[in-house]
Amino acid sequence: MEKRFMKGCEAIAEAAVRGGCRFFAGYPITPQNEIPEYLSKRLPEVGGAFVQGESEVASINMVYGAAATGTRALTSSSGPGISLKAEGISYLASSQLPAVIVNISRGGPGLGSIQPAQSDYLQATKALGHGGFRAMVFAPATLQEAVDLTYDAWEYAERDKGPVLILMDGCLGAIMEEVELPEMKEISYANTEDWCLARVNGREESHMITPILPELGLEMLNRFKGMTYKMWEMTDVKVEEYMLEDAEYVVVAYGIAARVAKEAINTLREQGHKIGMIRPITLYPFPKASLDNLDYDKVKGIIDIEMTIPAQMRDDIELQVKGRCPVHEYGRSGGILLDDEGVLEAIENIVKGEA
Amino acid sequence: MVTINELMCKGCGYCVKFCPKHILEMGKERSQKGHFYPVNINEDACTTCAICALMCPEGAIEVTAKEK
Amino acid sequence: MPSYKRPSALLPMATGYCPGCLHALGTRLVADVVDELNQQKNAINVISVGCSALNLYSWSGDDIGAAHGRAPAVATGIKRCLPDRLVFTYQGDGDLAAIGLAEIMSAANRGENFTVIFANNQTYGMTGGQMAPTTLIGQKSTTTPCGRDPQTTGYPLKMCELISVLEAPVFVARYALNSPKGVADAKKGIKKAFELQLAGKGFTFIELLTNCPTNWGMSPLDTLEHMNTNSIPYFVPGVYKDKEAEK
Repeated sequence: MEKRFMKGCEAIAEAAVRGGCRFFAGYPITPQNEIPEYLSKRLPEVGGAFVQGESEVASINMVYGAAATGTRALTSSSGPGISLKAEGISYLASSQLPAVIVNISRGGPGLGSIQPAQSDYLQATKALGHGGFRAMVFAPATLQEAVDLTYDAWEYAERDKGPVLILMDGCLGAIMEEVELPEMKEISYANTEDWCLARVNGREESHMITPILPELGLEMLNRFKGMTYKMWEMTDVKVEEYMLEDAEYVVVAYGIAARVAKEAINTLREQGHKIGMIRPITLYPFPKASLDNLDYDKVKGIIDIEMTIPAQMRDDIELQVKGRCPVHEYGRSGGILLDDEGVLEAIENIVKGEA
Repeated sequence: MVTINELMCKGCGYCVKFCPKHILEMGKERSQKGHFYPVNINEDACTTCAICALMCPEGAIEVTAKEK
Repeated sequence: MPSYKRPSALLPMATGYCPGCLHALGTRLVADVVDELNQQKNAINVISVGCSALNLYSWSGDDIGAAHGRAPAVATGIKRCLPDRLVFTYQGDGDLAAIGLAEIMSAANRGENFTVIFANNQTYGMTGGQMAPTTLIGQKSTTTPCGRDPQTTGYPLKMCELISVLEAPVFVARYALNSPKGVADAKKGIKKAFELQLAGKGFTFIELLTNCPTNWGMSPLDTLEHMNTNSIPYFVPGVYKDKEAEK
């Protein structure tokens, strides 16, 4: 294992290459530009291809073409660009093509701001494109976690033949941390040879990849996908549960918000407050059981902390809490970072107000 | 020799129009799909130039060289 | 003596195109050339949205459906990953010259080593005959019921002319499919484009002037004459760029 001190965007770019990524297409947008910049140099070194597309729309469709060849393909962008990629992501889902999309999110809506924010939760988990499909959404909180999730993202994408989203805010994209880089994976068509356009092993029969299906075929595909999403809930939920055993208040936060919240929880614990945290690592599938299984005889309140206003994860939380305790929210928005004092004060106020 | 696959033919008439020897004409019979389709009225005059096949949008016409 | 056999690059069944549609003829010509070059197992047909999507059900080799207008981007992704394959897009005029204008111009400008087959019938056929970017001045469509008025809708886009001013493309040509000479020339043009691609020379663009009997509201035979008097004078057939010949 190689250790390196790296910037978030560059760390996931390197992890992608080591995870087998050999094609990238993207369009410049802040705060994710270090990903294409890094890969424009790195991919040719390993025999991969880098294309700077004329738009996000073109870039995601280049990824669609590359993914169709069985090549591990990546694109990255930020909120406004992900909106433009929505069409192509929907086509990836329809044509059942594996690909990885990174969203280094910023303030929204609209052009919003170029500073970090967690404003794309709803887009990521509910509506990455038209037509009613879901993608697995990974939300790392540290660069090591980002590296590990990116490295394995294609395993999920190829297993379930569809897009996988990595959602990180601009803060994680920009910070530098020490990361352990995994070994370079060997390039293989093992998961894709049955359908891809590469003529693997002297294939004789032809392959058709189509985003349009006759009605019954489409219904069958959607039924199958529905079963796949249910399976994810059973097998693929990733979550960190922190100090829940005796918790009277439970913070729910992901990504950078969870890191700030954890600091506050540690401080409040020292003061004798019983606070724990649920940190979804997969935003979809959402860690429903972690919330549903809380001991609501003990838990007096849930505090949803997000770097966006209004909180977007709240609906998913309330669906599991089922009215068994109050749900509070705290956040900053517009590209303003959560800070230790603010989060600490917000949790203190909620705890005091309830006590 | 000109062979017309009547199940592929949609009766556009391009082959009839462009045959330089005028050996084709639209028939009076309909195919199973309901299209009128061309019939060969003068096989002997055919030079197997294959212009009929060249102009057929459906690829419904095959032309083979005459034996001799 | 000449002879003709249906190409194996097409499935052995009728296409989904209307009677007399020259889109079908264009598809068949591409298949003819794929057969002649023995590329049935090597070709990848990138199929676009519109009537050309019907190709999904006619093509016997590898193919992939692209989003509306995005075929050149999809082909870019494919060709960069599989540089030895014969990759071509098959696009109509709404797909290529309206919604996909950015993708086609950028792919051409990058000099991507694939071929674009562009069927120009001056209408949106699949959606019912709306105005296309190539609809002729005065031509009636379901969204220009009094005829296309340049005051409000501008002028028909001439794609060969636009693409031929770019530096990168190596072969750009337009052919009219309403006569045996035009069809024979088109076939030669497609073959030349494919050969250039297989030799790694770069971007090639073939425009095929076609018809739409259904939405033009004419018999197939009448559309051929209509092309002579209306389409061809505006969209003049010919070779617009041939980099190899210029050397």
